[in-house]
Order: sequence, then structure tokens, then C-alpha cells
Amino acid sequence: MVDSTPTLEFDYSKYDFKADTKYLYVANKGLNRQVVEEISRIKNEPQWMRDFRLRALEVFLKKPMPDWGGDLSKIDFDSLTYYLKPTDKSKRDWSELPPEIKNTFERLGIPEAERKYFGGVGAQYDSESVYHSVKEDLAKKGVIFTDMDTALKEHEDIVRKYFATLVPPEDNKFAALNSAVWSGGSFVYVPEGVEVDVPLQAYFRINAQSMGQFERTLIIVEKGAKVHYMEGCTAPVYTTDSLHAAVVEMIAKEGAHAKYTTIQNWSGDVYNLVTKRAYAYANATVEWVDANIGSKLTMKYPSIYLVGPGARGELISVAFAGKGQHQDAGGKVIHLAPNTTSKVTSKSISMNGGRTTYRGLLRVAKGASNVKASVRCDALLIDDKSKTDTYPYNEIYDSTATTSHEASVGKISEDQVFYLMSRGIPESKALTMIVMGFIEDFARALPLEFVVELNKIINMEMTNAVG
Amino acid sequence: MSMPSLLKITDLHAKVGDKEILSGLNLEVRQGEVHAIMGPNGSGKTSLSYVLMGHPRYVVTKGDIQIDGQSILTLKADQRAKLGLFLGFQYPLEVPGLRLGSFLRTVATEVKQDKTPVGQFYAGVKKQLASLELSDDFLSRSLNEGFSGGEKKRIEILQLLTVKPKFAVLDETDSGLDVDALRLVSNAVSTVRGPDMGIILITHYQRILKYVRPDFVHILVDGKIILSAGPELADEVEAKGYEAFKGTAPVSTQ
Ligand SMILES: Nc1ncnc2c1ncn2[C@@H]1O[C@H](COP(=O)(O)OP(=O)(O)OP(=O)(O)O)[C@@H](O)[C@H]1O
Ligand SMILES: [Mg+2]
Repeated sequence: MVDSTPTLEFDYSKYDFKADTKYLYVANKGLNRQVVEEISRIKNEPQWMRDFRLRALEVFLKKPMPDWGGDLSKIDFDSLTYYLKPTDKSKRDWSELPPEIKNTFERLGIPEAERKYFGGVGAQYDSESVYHSVKEDLAKKGVIFTDMDTALKEHEDIVRKYFATLVPPEDNKFAALNSAVWSGGSFVYVPEGVEVDVPLQAYFRINAQSMGQFERTLIIVEKGAKVHYMEGCTAPVYTTDSLHAAVVEMIAKEGAHAKYTTIQNWSGDVYNLVTKRAYAYANATVEWVDANIGSKLTMKYPSIYLVGPGARGELISVAFAGKGQHQDAGGKVIHLAPNTTSKVTSKSISMNGGRTTYRGLLRVAKGASNVKASVRCDALLIDDKSKTDTYPYNEIYDSTATTSHEASVGKISEDQVFYLMSRGIPESKALTMIVMGFIEDFARALPLEFVVELNKIINMEMTNAVG
Repeated sequence: MSMPSLLKITDLHAKVGDKEILSGLNLEVRQGEVHAIMGPNGSGKTSLSYVLMGHPRYVVTKGDIQIDGQSILTLKADQRAKLGLFLGFQYPLEVPGLRLGSFLRTVATEVKQDKTPVGQFYAGVKKQLASLELSDDFLSRSLNEGFSGGEKKRIEILQLLTVKPKFAVLDETDSGLDVDALRLVSNAVSTVRGPDMGIILITHYQRILKYVRPDFVHILVDGKIILSAGPELADEVEAKGYEAFKGTAPVSTQ
């Protein structure tokens, strides 16, 4: 245990900048039927979507706030702006964007990363997608990567077939909220047999203050197809809270491979309440790779429904909770078919008074024979002020299942830090190396460029409180 | 060559918590010299090595440690390492997920400002591993995690070879080694021994001293050196045990 009371903080200054933006439309603060109807009208949506939103609003208003997880009592739904439209439509060329928006994404390195690593990039600024582009060779193979609003216009049949089938508004209060006021998000469609071997990336930026961002993402990977979708998110630091409540639905058809990576790095005033769910059909593979670094409170439990025989699911997550942060994260795996396998690996780090919670569910339905499932969660505490707790739920209804559950709570020892320092490594770097080592399993699931990026984010700033 | 560096420990008192564990220790080590320190369990040998390296749990209450006339007491361990101090740990720590290979590379670039290209660097490391009869597989394993006691000691020596410090404290590097490993480690220490390195060899056995002939042998009891002499003292300790020396008045080395 490091008892010279060092405090560790990530350096957020790189992401903390605000752009003076002239929005084309700003909804009145607060949430009511008029706001929902207005959003649908501005988007010129089909009647079924408008009805869907209004139904969801009813559900949202009726459902009580969750009484578990983190402290949600300070969210003031009336003080938030639910819709902020920055541009008239999503562009396919960065140069067509208003300069302040283009500059924002340039400072975040998105266009450069697009050139280097990605098969396609989407960028959302407050409520709307402002940029979307997919490489020509992928488009030629029938890969669709666009924003959800455009998809609703251009591929209404596909959207209507799958939209909200995995996560209906009735699922939970924040899924209902998202359903009522959703805007932006990504739509990915990979046709049968097409393997997209470079990742597609979406970047979500909140710029405005007291803002609600409610993107909605739908990913459909047809038989034998493959895709890796990655998302990142940041926001400037304000003194008032914002809310990010997304819904993600991902479908991997027979033999398909769908991987979804998130590096969530919201500023410390964002409530991040996200519902993510995936279905894996026969012999398909679904992977969630989930890093929660920022936000004030995150409640997020990506789930995997293994609905076809031989399907595989993997969830690997890492959570950092620093000062004033609570990461309440985990995942759910539901085995509904025989010979399905799953693996959950969760790593959490609490420092400087932060709190991490692992909340996980493993369910094996009756008749889902020969299931193999493992859950492992490791927590690391950097100091005495920080906290971690674990709530694993196991519901095993088939006796042929082989399941394992391992959990550990560790502390960084003063001796460990001293050992590295005795080799000439400065204290902050020694801590970073120990932390990076702790999350090595996670880093291995990322493309190399992102490990470098993650290392930069995790490069801890050290200040010695006793001095 | 220029004047050899001098590590000078004067009237060193240190405590951990409320307990005094070093009580007036004096020692001078020049680059190029090998000093063996022997002493009963709990006499303060490891404590001395920690205090030299700057472990935050150990508080110096009196006395000084200087390198070439400059006190190092206010420096943290990493800064002391950069000045040329190295400690081979009696119980090396495990760091899960930190690969030995990348750790060594960090150490080389951090301490030695080593600019050797990656490929060449690892080729060199692999040769050193081979000389310690360790396979290349160790490079991709987590630092010390699951290593046997003897493997950990050999990895300490591998780090010594990477760092090539001015002053190395080797705390019972010979404990827990089998006969063959002892020979390998001794050979490795002998190869780095030379005018550029001062070595403090903490040991319980004269076995290693047969391979690495010390210039001086010191007996440490109750937190201070009570007797210093030439290599023959090690044989005497082996024959008579420590009781015979207790009560002896402190004798300075030089
Ligand atoms: N953190 C601590 N708290 C209390 N006492 C300590 C602490 N660290 C060391 N000591 C005590 O200091 C004394 C010296 O310990 P040290 O490890 O330096 O002995 P040593 O000479 O290296 O012994 P060995 O030959 O067994 O390795 C011992 O009595 C030990 O119990
Ligand atoms: Mg000892």
C-alpha cells in the first residue's frame, strides 16, 4: 500500500476545451411531449418512429428511478437540453464542417486516425452526427456505415426490422429516455460473408453545457460476416452535469463475428448510463471490449445473449475510478442454447477516493446443455480512501454447465513501487507500469495503436499531498 | 581512468516505525572494490540495503550516505539509481502483467539513456539470459511472477548486467541457488566486477566468496559493523559462528 498519500489523476486537459458553436436548433430545457414531437418533426421522421418515441416517453415518465447502482438523485431532468443540432446534415468531407467543429475533431486526432487505421469514421457533436464516411472498397462490398438518422431515411426497412428489438423502451428507465429523444449514433450493416478487417470508428463529443446526448446504435452482422466497431468519447469540463444515455443493439447472425470496443473518457461531470445488448446466433461470436475511464457515474452492463448453439461471447472490461467518480459496471451473459461458451474478464482500479463496482449476471437457461462459462474480476486499490465492491449473480438452471468464478482485490504495495524505482523508474511511471500490467489482458484485446493511446491516458499525474 | 567513485556511509542510524535497526554504521566502498557483509538473521543487512536505496519506510535519524561527497539522503530511489546505485533484492517483487522484456527495455532507456535499437538490445539481453541458462521465454513472462526462488535471483543478476551500476548491493543473491546456478551467478558477478563497479555482497555463506573473492569482509550485528577484515574472516565466521565476535568493539574498514 502506498501510504505516503500520493494522489493519482489522469491529465484531462487535452480533452477539456470548449468550442463556441452556433447551433441551428436548440430545444427548450426539460423533457415533455412537445420536445419529443419537435425532435421527430425536425428530423422529418416516419409516423412509426414518432409513435415509438411517444410510447417511450410514457414508459420513461412512469418508470421509477433505479434504486440500485450509483447515486442518481442529483440528476435534474428539467435542467438538461435534450436536443442540440449543430449542422444541417452529416457530411462526408471534414472540410465541409463549420470550422469550430472541424477543429474540435482535429484536436482530438480523429481525421488523422481515420487516414491511418480505420475503414470508416463517424463523428457526433452534441445531438447530431456531423460526419460519416466509409472507405470505398467497403461500400462496394455492401457495407453500410452511417448515422442512425440517415439510416432511417435510406434503409428504413432494415432499421424498422431490428430497431429496439433487443432493447425495447420497457427495458429500463434510461433505455426509455433514449428511445424517446434519441438522436445520432451509428448504423452498421455488414452483408453475408463480408469481413471488414479494419475497424470502424465512431467518436462522440459533447460540447455544450448541461446537455443530454442520446445516441442510438444498431449493428447488424449477417451470416459469416465480421466487423470491429470502436467508439471513443470525451467532453469539456463544466461545473454542471450532463447526461449521456445511449442504447446499443448488436446482432451477430450465424457464424458471424462482431466486436465492439469502447474507450469511454467523459469528463467528470457526465452521468453515463448506457444500455448495450448483443445477440449471438449459432456459432457466432460477440465481443464487448469496454473501458470506462471518465464520467462522474457510469452504470453500464453490456450483455450478451447466446441464442444459437455453439455461440461464443466474450466481455472484457476495465474501469478506472478517481476522485469523485463511481464506475458501476460489469456485464450479463445469458446462455440460451446448448454448447455456448462465454468468458467475462473485469479489471477495476480505484484511486484517490474513487469507487468501482462490479455487477455481473451469468445465467444458464434450462436446456442450454454443455455450457462453459467463466467470470473473473480483479480489483486494484491504489490507496486507503478508495473503494471497490463486487456483486456477481449466478443463475444456473442446467446441471451440465461448467462455470467458474474468480475474484480478487489487490493493492499496490509500497515494496512493489520501490522495487521498480530502484531501477531508476520514477514513482508515477512505476505506478503506471503496475497499473498497465494489471490490465494487460484488456490491453491485449485492443489494436496496438490504442494500447499506445491508452498508455498515454493512463500516464498518471502524481502529486504528493504531504509534499 | 578518473578517480574511482566513493560510497561513504557515516554513523548511520535508521529506524522503521519506532524501532531502531541501524545504530551507527560506518562503511566506505570504492568503485572496483568488493565488500562482503555477513551477519546473523535480523541483524539489519537488508535494512541497510533498503536505506542505501532509499526505501520510504526506513527513516534515517542520524548520519549520512554520500557518493563522492554529495549526500544522497534526500533523493528518492529512482534518483539514486540514476546516480549509479543498484540493489539486488533478497526477495524480488512480482509485477503481474509487466513483461520482463519490456521492463528491461524501460530500465535501460530510463536509467542508462540507452539508445540501442530494439532488435540489438534484445539480442544482447538474450545472450545474457543464455549465460544465466535461462530461456528466452522469460522475456514475455510477467516480471518475477511464478518464477522459482532461484530464477528470481538470476533475474536480479540479469538486471545487474543490464544496468551496470557504479555500486551494486547484492542482498543474499546466493541464497536459494542450486550448485550450478550458484556457479552461473558467481561467474556473472565476476564478469561485471572490475574497476568500474563497487560491490556490496550480503551473504550467509562463504561458498560464493570462493568464486567472488572479496577485498573486505564485514560482520554486521545489531545494526552496526562490529568487525572488518580480509577474506579470511569469512572462513572464521563459518567455523566459529557469530557468537564469538559479539562484544567486539567496532573497527573501521580503512
Ligand atoms: N517494517 C518493519 N517493522 C518492524 N521491524 C522491522 C521491519 N523491517 C525490518 N524489521 C526488523 O529489523 C530487523 C532487521 O531486519 P533485516 O531484514 O534488515 O535483517 P537481515 O539482517 O537482512 O536478516 P536476514 O539474514 O534474515 O535476511 C529485524 O529484526 C526485522 O524484524
Ligand atoms: Mg536480509
